[in-house]
Amino acid sequence: MYTQALNSSDADDRSLEDAEQAASFQARIDAEERIEPNDWMPAAYRKTLTRQISQHAHSEIVGMLPEGNWITRAPTLRRKAALLAKVQDECGHGLYLYAAAETLGSSREELVDAMLAGKAKYSSIFNYPTLTWADIGVIGWLVDGAAIMNQIPLCRCSYGPYARAMIRVCKEESFHQRQGYEIMLTLCRGSAEQKAMAQDALNRWWWPVLMMFGPPDQASQHSDTSTKWKIKRFSNDELRQKFVDATVPQAQFLGLTISDPAMTQDADGHWRYSEIDWTEFKQVLAGNGPCNRDRMAARRKAHDDGAWVREAAAAYAEKQKYRPAAQAAE
Amino acid sequence: MAVSNIQVSETPLVLYTLRRADDALVLGHRLSEWCGHGPMLEEDMALANMGLDLLGQARELYSYAAKAEGGDNNEDGFAYLRDVRQYRNLLLLEQPNGDFAGTMVRQFFYSAFADLYWRAMIKSRDETLAAIAAKSEKESAYHLRHSSEWIIRLGDGTEESHARTQAAIDHLWAFTGEMFAVDEAERGLIDKGIAIDTVALRPLWLKTVSGVVAEATLALPTNEWMQQGGRSGRHSEHLGHLLSELQYMQRTFPGLTW
Amino acid sequence: MVTPNTQLWEVFIRSRNGLAHKHVGSLHASDATLALQAARDIYTRRGEGLSIWVVPSNAITASDPAEKGMMFEPAESKIYRHPTFYEVPEEVGHM
Repeated sequence: MYTQALNSSDADDRSLEDAEQAASFQARIDAEERIEPNDWMPAAYRKTLTRQISQHAHSEIVGMLPEGNWITRAPTLRRKAALLAKVQDECGHGLYLYAAAETLGSSREELVDAMLAGKAKYSSIFNYPTLTWADIGVIGWLVDGAAIMNQIPLCRCSYGPYARAMIRVCKEESFHQRQGYEIMLTLCRGSAEQKAMAQDALNRWWWPVLMMFGPPDQASQHSDTSTKWKIKRFSNDELRQKFVDATVPQAQFLGLTISDPAMTQDADGHWRYSEIDWTEFKQVLAGNGPCNRDRMAARRKAHDDGAWVREAAAAYAEKQKYRPAAQAAE
Repeated sequence: MAVSNIQVSETPLVLYTLRRADDALVLGHRLSEWCGHGPMLEEDMALANMGLDLLGQARELYSYAAKAEGGDNNEDGFAYLRDVRQYRNLLLLEQPNGDFAGTMVRQFFYSAFADLYWRAMIKSRDETLAAIAAKSEKESAYHLRHSSEWIIRLGDGTEESHARTQAAIDHLWAFTGEMFAVDEAERGLIDKGIAIDTVALRPLWLKTVSGVVAEATLALPTNEWMQQGGRSGRHSEHLGHLLSELQYMQRTFPGLTW
Repeated sequence: MVTPNTQLWEVFIRSRNGLAHKHVGSLHASDATLALQAARDIYTRRGEGLSIWVVPSNAITASDPAEKGMMFEPAESKIYRHPTFYEVPEEVGHM
C-alpha cells in the first residue's frame, strides 16, 4: 500500500477521527501492543511523538558540541579516542532518532530547519559550557546517567520505531557513563588540583542536571496523554528521585560533595534534595542560558557551510540519471 | 619530576616509526576538529570514523616506537611532550582543514599513498610493523574509497564545488612530493627489508590519483617543486598552533595522571 | 529557509553468516554509493555487520495494517500446515 517514505498527514483534522478507531487504538496501547508507522493513530499521538522524538534527536546533535569542545585538548591519547568515539555515538543516536521521527511523516530536513529556526527545542543541559576537562567527566557520569534513566523506560514506549531506537541507544550509552565516571575517579585519586577541578565541575553541573528531568509533576503540560498512550512511563519527579538516589552514593565514593547542604536521607533511604530554582530553567529554555546562542550559531554555521556540499552531491546524483541514456545514444 | 620536553633517542627504527605515528596523530587530530560541524550528519560519522582509525594507528606506532627505544618514553610522552621541532609528520597532514573540499583532497592525496604504503609494509621483516600494516591497510583502503567518491562528486557536482575542489588540489599539490621522499635514515632500513622504498610507490599513486581526478573533471597541477621539511622537524606555522591545543592539558598540569 | 530533501534509504544488515538481513533504521544520502558508506559508518561500528543492503524507502511496498485481518487471519485456521496436526505413533521413531 504505502511506505515509510515521506507521507503528508492530515494531522490536525480531529473531527474526522472515528471514535471507534480511537477506542481500538487505546485498547491496543492498553494491551502493550506496539504501534508501527503505517498503523492508524490519533493525530495528537502522531504530533506529540514527532515533537518528542525530533527534540530528542536535536538534543543528541547539539549535545555533540559541549563535549566536542574538548576532543582536541583531551589529555591523553586514550581519552582522546574515547571522547571522539563517544561524541560520534551521540551523532549516531541523533540519526537513529531522526530516522524514527521520519516514520511519522515529517522529513529530517523539515525537523532540522525547525530547530535551526529556533522553533523546536533541545535539552536545556547542552546550553551550559564545558570549562575544564573535569566537565567531560561530569557530563559522562551525570548527563549520560540522567539520559539513561530517561531512556530505559522509553525502550518500552508504545511506538515501535522509537522503542527500537532507544534499545540501540541504551546499548551504546552504558559505555558513555562508565567513561565519564572513570575520568572522575582518576581526577579524585589524583592531585589536590585535579580533585578541586572535579569538585568545581560537579558544583556547576549538579542543579542543571536535576533540571534535565523537566518541571515538577504538577507544572508539566504534556504528561497526561503521554502517560495514557504509554509514551511516558514515569513522571519527571519519579525519574529525578531515582537519579538522585543512584548518584549520591557514587559521589560519596568519589569523595565529592553535592552542592545541596540541606539534602538529607529520609527513613526509606531516599535522598530528599532541596527546592529547585526553576527561574534559571525557564531562562535557559527561553534562549538565555550561557551557551544557547553559541550552540545555535554553531549548528547554523555547519548547516550553511554544508549547503554547497549537499548541493554538489545532489547535482552529481542527478547527472547520473541521464548519463546511461546519453551513452546509449552515441 | 616533570620536564618540559622529553628527549628521544632517534635511532633509525625509532625515527621511522615516529614519522608514521606523527602522520597518523596529526591527521587524526585534524579530522576530529570536524566533529559536530560536518556538512551532514552522515559525514560527521565518516570523519570521526577515519579520525578514530588514525588515532588507533598512532597509538600502536607510538607504543612500538617506545618499545624500540627501550627507555621510559610512552605514547603520551611522544604525543604530548615533544615540541614542533621534534615532530616528524608530513607537511601535508598539518595543513588546516579548510573547507570540506580541502579536507577531502588532503585525505585523498594521503590515503592513496597510505593504501599502497601499508599494503607493501605487510611484507616488512619487522613483525610488529607488518602486523600494524595488515590492520592499517584495510582502514586506508576505506579512507581512499570514501575520499575518492567525494572528490568525484565535488569535482563533477556544481560549479561552486568544482571550483573549491580545484582550488584545494592546486593548494595542496606541492605537499604531495614529501610522501615519497626517502632520506639516509630510511636507506638502511630499506636495505634490511624493514622499511619499503616509497619512491617506487609514486607512479602507481599518480595513476590512481590521476584517474579519480579525471573522472571528477578536475586537473592536476603541473608544477614539480615540492615542499619538504616535516620529516626533519621543519614544519609550517600550522603545527605549532595544532600542538598548543593538543598538548594544552599536559603542558598546563605537568606530570599528572588523566 | 527550506532545506531540500535528500533521498531516504532503509538499511538492512546481516550480522553473521547464515542469518537473514535485518532492518536496522534509515539514513539520508544522494546516491547508492554514499548510502552504503553511510550505513557502514552508522550501523556497523560495533562489529554488527557482514553484509549491508540499502534500499530507497520509496521502493518498499508495505502491506496495509488496516487489512491485517484479510491478509493474515485466513492462514491461522490452516492448522494442517503444522506438523503437530499429524499423529505418528512413537514406535515409528522421530519424524
